[in-house]
Amino acid sequence: MSDYEGVQARWCPGCGDHSVLTAAQRLLAAEQLKPEETVFVSGIGCSSRFPHYVNSYGFHGLHGRALPVATGVKLNRPDLHVFVVMGDGDCTSIGAAHWLHATRYNVDMVALMLDNNIYGLTKMQTSPTTPQGYKSNTQPLGSYLPALNPIETTLGITNASFVAQTAEWMPAHLYATLEAAYRHKGFAFVRILQRCPVFTGDLYQDAVRNPDMIEMLEHPDGIEVPDLHQIYKNVARHDPRNMEAARELAEKTDLIRVGVFFRDESRPRYEETRHLPLHSTDEKIEILNDELDKYAV
Amino acid sequence: MTTNSPMTDTATDERRARDGVRVIQDHQHTVEIVSDSGEGAQKCGQIFGAVSAKMGNGVWTVEIIPAEIQPPARSPAGASGNRIRIGTEEVTNWGDRTNVCVAFNEQVLIARHRLDGLESDATLLVENMWKDHRDEDIRAEWAAAIEELSGSGYRIVEVPMEEQCLTVVDDARKGKNMFALGMLCWIFDRDLDLAKEQIAHAFRKKSEAVYDKNVKLLELGYSWADEHLEVRVDVPTKHSADGMVVMNGNQAIAFGAVAAGMELAAMYPITPATSVSHQLGEIFHKFGGVVHQAEDEIAAAGVAIGASYSGKVAFTITSGPGLALKTEFLGLAIMSEIPLVVVDVQRGGPSTGLPTKVEQSDLLATIFGQPGDAPHVVMAPATIEECFHAIVTARRIAETFRTVVVVLTDANLATGVQPFPRPTLDAAWMGTRPDMSPVPEGKRPYEWDLNTGLSQRFIPGQPGGMHTLTGLAHDEDSHVAYASAINQHSSAMRSRKLAVLQSTLQPPKVDGPDSGDLLVVGWGSTRGAIEEAVENARAEGLAVSSVHVRFLSPLEPGLKEIFQRFRKVMTVEINYSDDPGEPFITDENRRRGQLAWLLRASTLVDVDCWTRVLGEPLRPGVILDVIRTHMPKGGAA
Repeated sequence: MSDYEGVQARWCPGCGDHSVLTAAQRLLAAEQLKPEETVFVSGIGCSSRFPHYVNSYGFHGLHGRALPVATGVKLNRPDLHVFVVMGDGDCTSIGAAHWLHATRYNVDMVALMLDNNIYGLTKMQTSPTTPQGYKSNTQPLGSYLPALNPIETTLGITNASFVAQTAEWMPAHLYATLEAAYRHKGFAFVRILQRCPVFTGDLYQDAVRNPDMIEMLEHPDGIEVPDLHQIYKNVARHDPRNMEAARELAEKTDLIRVGVFFRDESRPRYEETRHLPLHSTDEKIEILNDELDKYAV
Repeated sequence: MTTNSPMTDTATDERRARDGVRVIQDHQHTVEIVSDSGEGAQKCGQIFGAVSAKMGNGVWTVEIIPAEIQPPARSPAGASGNRIRIGTEEVTNWGDRTNVCVAFNEQVLIARHRLDGLESDATLLVENMWKDHRDEDIRAEWAAAIEELSGSGYRIVEVPMEEQCLTVVDDARKGKNMFALGMLCWIFDRDLDLAKEQIAHAFRKKSEAVYDKNVKLLELGYSWADEHLEVRVDVPTKHSADGMVVMNGNQAIAFGAVAAGMELAAMYPITPATSVSHQLGEIFHKFGGVVHQAEDEIAAAGVAIGASYSGKVAFTITSGPGLALKTEFLGLAIMSEIPLVVVDVQRGGPSTGLPTKVEQSDLLATIFGQPGDAPHVVMAPATIEECFHAIVTARRIAETFRTVVVVLTDANLATGVQPFPRPTLDAAWMGTRPDMSPVPEGKRPYEWDLNTGLSQRFIPGQPGGMHTLTGLAHDEDSHVAYASAINQHSSAMRSRKLAVLQSTLQPPKVDGPDSGDLLVVGWGSTRGAIEEAVENARAEGLAVSSVHVRFLSPLEPGLKEIFQRFRKVMTVEINYSDDPGEPFITDENRRRGQLAWLLRASTLVDVDCWTRVLGEPLRPGVILDVIRTHMPKGGAA
């Protein structure tokens, strides 16, 4: 695993990002991905420092714009393994248009949305996923609006092919989800629930302490984590090909549901439209000359 | 490749005009076809231009485009069509006014008149179905328009286009354009076989029957003109058209991109840039290329950057408003030294501005638009031919200097059609595939050469090159910079590259004597009009020369030295500047043309300017007047 370690992570102690980083490094090692053939693309925010901490190629770009960059990388280089790391501000706010369209393009990559329900790097502003009533520096009386539900939203996008949710405090489940996302052929969207110890440490505290607030969605076509059944008693069988059931589950707020909500590898992938150059330079010149003939005077 | 002698025997035979036909000899003539949008005037104009080019005339075609797809019928604002200037010599601009205008209704014709688009003795061929129209209002509009026009000395010829076309087609709206083409072919003695060839090409996606109908209409227009018209125009051809290609600037960019070996274009539809992607869409896949129509302008930049980062240089195509949206991404590419080519086909601005019309107002925003210090390359082709070659050059510079190159064209180049020497394609233009060999141990991702600022770029897939590229200030290892000196040093390294590029450029060539009273400086698509005006001014005995700048960032070397050999220097541009003498305008607060700002800042020469934003290309005759009024007072140099 040390083969995949970049520079020392500078996240706060207790930040959920550390656990995602560990899971990702474990996955790279287990799948034996060559560091030089792996690209982590991120936006801006605490979680977007992620690529610096992985020994691979990394692209720490603009706030909200990781997905277009990753799309460009994959369109040009289908041979590379592409991972996107975004925060909730990146994905569901400033870059929301790209979230919608990347889901629809269904380009083969893993997209991790590290959702701590708050803007952390800029010091505690409300994000679209901040729960209603939760206080922040921009909405000190509490967030006015109901939080955006990223799973429900992604499931509503035409051509979505993999939608999953997991939690940073469930490392075995997190790993199993990342593994399934990586092995999925298409755009694998994973929302990772996580705590920001500085600004939203209290948010999932009840769920961390009380496993009964969690329901694991399991299926051989999704993920199964039997090792966790002792702790997490609520296990529901959910067929990830059933979009209707997936949407119903995503809407429910009684329990926190983790697992693969939807998965369908038969959906068209945008990069399939790309035919990599088949011709030598000389052949290209010949073809181009034929095209120019049509414009000859 | 098709070759045709300038004038076939058939055409010579057809020259035997009936008695009473007068033939005007002219070295250049301008023709317009205007209609309501959707009546096919543009197709007629394009074919007329192509046939003229094939016969060996110099040609410059511009589109007359309304902003809406379906503007109200019979409205002056809806005038749509083509303007074709043909000449014995090469034609480099759209000229001043039109000599022959075919109009499908009197309202679009009056629009051209009111825009001062018609020569005082122009021949106007106007559809006369409106004259006796059953709608009283239309009859009144016709009468008023004809009265307004008849005071101006035009030769107005009423043509029963509708009536004639209905003998061939059921819907004359779908046939008048070919009838008009037939008339123009008679007037200018065009080779009908060539016209038929072009019709076949234009309707290649339609059935044989469609082609036959259009040819019938062409012949009908020709024979109607033969029976009824009395003036023909002879614009002699001088050159063989061998070895030439004919296309517009956007097509030239598309071909240039393929010739430059680029494989990914990302764009979002925006007028007047979009047609680059139409042309690419037709051919790109044959070369393994892909046009990615992104969800927005920002994503288009992002996808191009992602593609460039991971291999061969990619490019994105846009116009002013789109360039504004891409700004943050351009800053990232400059900061992290990702090569990228950006094409900005300028239109009128600011905001939505004049989407279909020419302007040169993005220059300063393009050079200085990114927050922070973001040195990058900006170049501006001056002709359609240069559009092709600029993309090849831009790709090479972007790669060599690991930076962003913006190519500024405009709506005039984008839609202007001109024959130019066919490029002799060169394998070297396509560049090589990126070096994917292992990175030697210890080599760093920004190992700047302290002299030049250049460094080798590591590409995903290269063993040993793993690093995280970042838009944050960073050191040679691409590690986030926490020491202030690093930011100063890396800024210097990025800036140095422009100076190095500038050291490789040639000083621009002066058109005309290299010293004199007045030097006119231009950039971009205005070159042809400026040079024509300057040459005419010299013919009047004025000591005027011109210089045209292709590289705007870095500026070409030697400008100050050239300027010092003239008593006065001024720019002529299509952007806004305050005119001296207007209320409140002083020498101190006067806002100048955008190139003038740049030149004044970099040369400390008191560069004057004359600029206009009329939504049309500059006319050489107008520039000539400007030259006359801007000559420095006092004796000659």
